[in-house]
Amino acid sequence: MIAHALFFYFFSIIAIVSAIFVIVSRNTVHAVFFLILDFISIACLFIMIGAEFLGMMMLIVYVGAVAVLFLFVVMLMNVTEQKLSWFRGTKKTGHIPVGLIIGTVILLELIVIVGGWRYRDSFSETEFLSFNSEFTNTHMIGNVMYTDFIHLFQISGIILLLAMIGAIVLTYRKREGVKTQSYIKQISREREDSVQLKDVEFDKGVKLDD
Amino acid sequence: MIEIGLGHYLTLGAIIFSLGTLGIFLNRKNVIVILMSVELILLAVNINLVSFSIYLQDITGQIFTMLILTVAAAEAAIGLAIIVSYYRNKGSIRVEEIDEMKG
Repeated sequence: MIAHALFFYFFSIIAIVSAIFVIVSRNTVHAVFFLILDFISIACLFIMIGAEFLGMMMLIVYVGAVAVLFLFVVMLMNVTEQKLSWFRGTKKTGHIPVGLIIGTVILLELIVIVGGWRYRDSFSETEFLSFNSEFTNTHMIGNVMYTDFIHLFQISGIILLLAMIGAIVLTYRKREGVKTQSYIKQISREREDSVQLKDVEFDKGVKLDD
Repeated sequence: MIEIGLGHYLTLGAIIFSLGTLGIFLNRKNVIVILMSVELILLAVNINLVSFSIYLQDITGQIFTMLILTVAAAEAAIGLAIIVSYYRNKGSIRVEEIDEMKG
């Protein structure tokens, strides 16, 4: 129990501090690194409370894919001249006090909800999805993922396909002066358009017009 | 304090959620930080779902966390693609310079 508390505070303090650094650090590359640290510590928390599959999934998807994508994009762009300005922009806007007030109000509302909330004893009534102690976490997820939640699973696959197509369409740029094959032109070519038979007389050339 | 319950995890989720919203509101640096704040918000939602799933002994929360993971990955890909094409056209991704729509 003490170990649980100790590790919970350790990982959650790391997560909160790195979340603060994500939004305040001046260098965007450092912000991405703090985001990675945040994901890793939350994944450790997930593994600690017994959602091992999701913790590992989080490491693979967030740290392995999303954060590296962020790093690529940050390094592709010239963001060095933006290091100097922090929250304050060049124009004068009153966004800092307004933003601080809204953020504090949201935090207070959430804390009030968490503090004053009691869940019913019979909250979990879906028995067929409740934990079964003889299976591991991954086994339980696998049992319901492809049976009870098959439609959601396939819809998420379609969402990923849409994201892939959308990203390609958004960043695709047609270059001029690049020689490529045109399959339509190749296939629709007829013999009459391209081959001519000429009777060539002896000792005279033939004149082709093209 | 020593006994870690559901409330501790929900509080952690609430703190990270409000840090994410603060990042969206306060940021005037570049759009990528706003996208990272959205990722933080989705992470807070994931914390809530997983802790409810564990403490109520119901696997549904973890399934929905996986779906949110999928949507977060798709959203990051699309958002970064939009940012790349915007940068290619305008040469800057500063938040205060993106004001063509006068919103």
